[in-house]
Amino acid sequence: MDRLTPIGEPVLEVENAVKHFGAGRVGGVVRAVDDVSFVVRRAETVALVGESGCGKSTLGRLVMCFDRPTSGSVRYEGEEIFMLGTAALRRYRRGVQMVFQDPNTSLNPRLTVARSIQRAWESNRSFLPRAQWRSRIAELLDMVGLSSDRAGFYPHQLSGGQRQRVAIARALALQPKVVICDEPVSALDVSIQAQILALLYKLQSTLGVSYLFISHDLDVVRRISHRVLVMYLGRIVETGTVADVFERPAHPYTRALLAAVPKADPNGRTLLTRRLLEGEPPSPYSPPSGCRFRTRCPIAQDACSRTDPSLVNIGQEHRAACLFPVREPEKL
Amino acid sequence: MRDTVQTEAVREPLLVVDDLRVNFEMGETSVYAVRGLSFSMNRGEVVAVIGESGSGKSVTIKTILGTLQMPPGRLLSGSVRFDGEELLTMAPRARRSLQGDRIAMVFQDALAALNPVYTIGWQIAEIFHVHRGMPMSAGMRAAGELLQLVGIPNATQRVNEYAHQFSGGMRQRVMIAMSIALRPQLLLADEPTTALDVTVQAQIMQLLARLSAETELAMLLVTHNIAIAAEVADRFLVMYAGSIVEMGSADKIIAAPAHPYTKALVDLATREDVIDPIPGAPPDLRKAIDGCAFEPRCPFATEICRRVDPELRHVQVRQSVACHHSERLAKESAWTG
Repeated sequence: MDRLTPIGEPVLEVENAVKHFGAGRVGGVVRAVDDVSFVVRRAETVALVGESGCGKSTLGRLVMCFDRPTSGSVRYEGEEIFMLGTAALRRYRRGVQMVFQDPNTSLNPRLTVARSIQRAWESNRSFLPRAQWRSRIAELLDMVGLSSDRAGFYPHQLSGGQRQRVAIARALALQPKVVICDEPVSALDVSIQAQILALLYKLQSTLGVSYLFISHDLDVVRRISHRVLVMYLGRIVETGTVADVFERPAHPYTRALLAAVPKADPNGRTLLTRRLLEGEPPSPYSPPSGCRFRTRCPIAQDACSRTDPSLVNIGQEHRAACLFPVREPEKL
Repeated sequence: MRDTVQTEAVREPLLVVDDLRVNFEMGETSVYAVRGLSFSMNRGEVVAVIGESGSGKSVTIKTILGTLQMPPGRLLSGSVRFDGEELLTMAPRARRSLQGDRIAMVFQDALAALNPVYTIGWQIAEIFHVHRGMPMSAGMRAAGELLQLVGIPNATQRVNEYAHQFSGGMRQRVMIAMSIALRPQLLLADEPTTALDVTVQAQIMQLLARLSAETELAMLLVTHNIAIAAEVADRFLVMYAGSIVEMGSADKIIAAPAHPYTKALVDLATREDVIDPIPGAPPDLRKAIDGCAFEPRCPFATEICRRVDPELRHVQVRQSVACHHSERLAKESAWTG
């Protein structure tokens, strides 16, 4: 299957997005998302990777307009979404849909497949005349690889993979331009994972939809994305094409993440001798001074505690926030 | 027979599972969860049971450990011999003292497995107290040493903390510490890293690999991830729909999988260009399966696969497979890479 080359125009632009959460009685703030900028172009898959707590899901929620950012902007087709009036916001929500991790909880157990899908049209009356709902549901189910007789089924009558297909059909009901996928295959078995990824692929090439793909699974990200954003403690530390990030990682954190991915290598095991990242990310209440990664970084120097590095160009689309980025395509 | 077992005791495998069959009875229907499973494990060996949900891998572990709820679970046949002793017919009391002492378990969800209202140190000390009659104060000191062994910083202070004060990775380390406290011969680990981040997952797998390499600990690792299995296991058991489809040396299986299902799993783990190698879904285990359980999803399937359930047979030294067409598979994989 060929990856559709993304078309230049940006659909979604996130600029200097910041989201701080007050920490209640403890005081202080958690900088969940701290000055993040990126764009998603038409028919492009941009992956957001990082460990739990790095802010990737918070960023997804900002883009979905579930949360307002502390500062910064999110633009959809050039329009600032946090300035939108009710009607325009409705339009936005039509254009940006979401697929969640766990289809067991994201689908209402008391609604049949058909009703889950048509809820989208019930709340967007002008989108599709009621007379066409039935046939459109059949089309959508066919698109996601389910036979139309599944329309009358309840979620418990479906397998996990089928449920995720329904969740995808529901997300596509309003013909969105962007689908935010938050760990869409993490809860599924390996063979079913592969099927859902292939489906997302196919839908992108037929519909031209863009994905913001939030995942901690680097194998999955490598298979599906065009570009990758690596997050650490609320910041993007490296961004580039899939080849940039996976074959020429420049940030020591990205390199450590890739080194941690288990490998099925017939030439022998390397786990016992492999140098792994130690410890866990520091608390986002009080990130370290200077570079946030320096406390776990194998190449940190004095300068790293004084200067907070910003993203600098390494290659054409390849950028890393590190004072000492690795520029050689060195083997991991 | 008894005599031969006695004289052969030195060479007898640590664990021998023979023709294990387990059903779940749900009212009128029964689910065939494990359909005739046989394998053995040597002392100090690391064996990975690889399979997806419904493959019967967790049921197998639970049956070995004796924690399978019966009913709804029902043991149809089989035997599980540990170090020469039959576990399935052992008196509950004897079996309990064996567990923890010589067979230990690491679960997926450490937060659920740890007691929230006792300190970590207390819970470890209790193990020594119950099994070894050690005073709790000495047990607390031993707990500190154990936590240090599994790589928990400030172990001597952290024994006084509770499970919620530990991160996910640290909790998993605590559970590993508890499982190895009594120096068991066999460690059962059911998806020990599934809930963890990739960096922490690698740390935990490294710890388990180190423990089994440094001690005579045998480990039966249950996982759905063949790459994780490849990092630590000497031998693979690949399960599908309640039975073993391929078994053998980890290196050989990764280099040349002989079952189409294993091949798809290996391809997914090693090749980026493979997107969707296995169509369909696992079979409905409520129905009896004629022929090969993988047949509906198999690109190699022919008429015989629908009729005859293939038996495990050797394809080479230390590799056996249950497939009618493994020779064809080997030929075609040689072409495609």
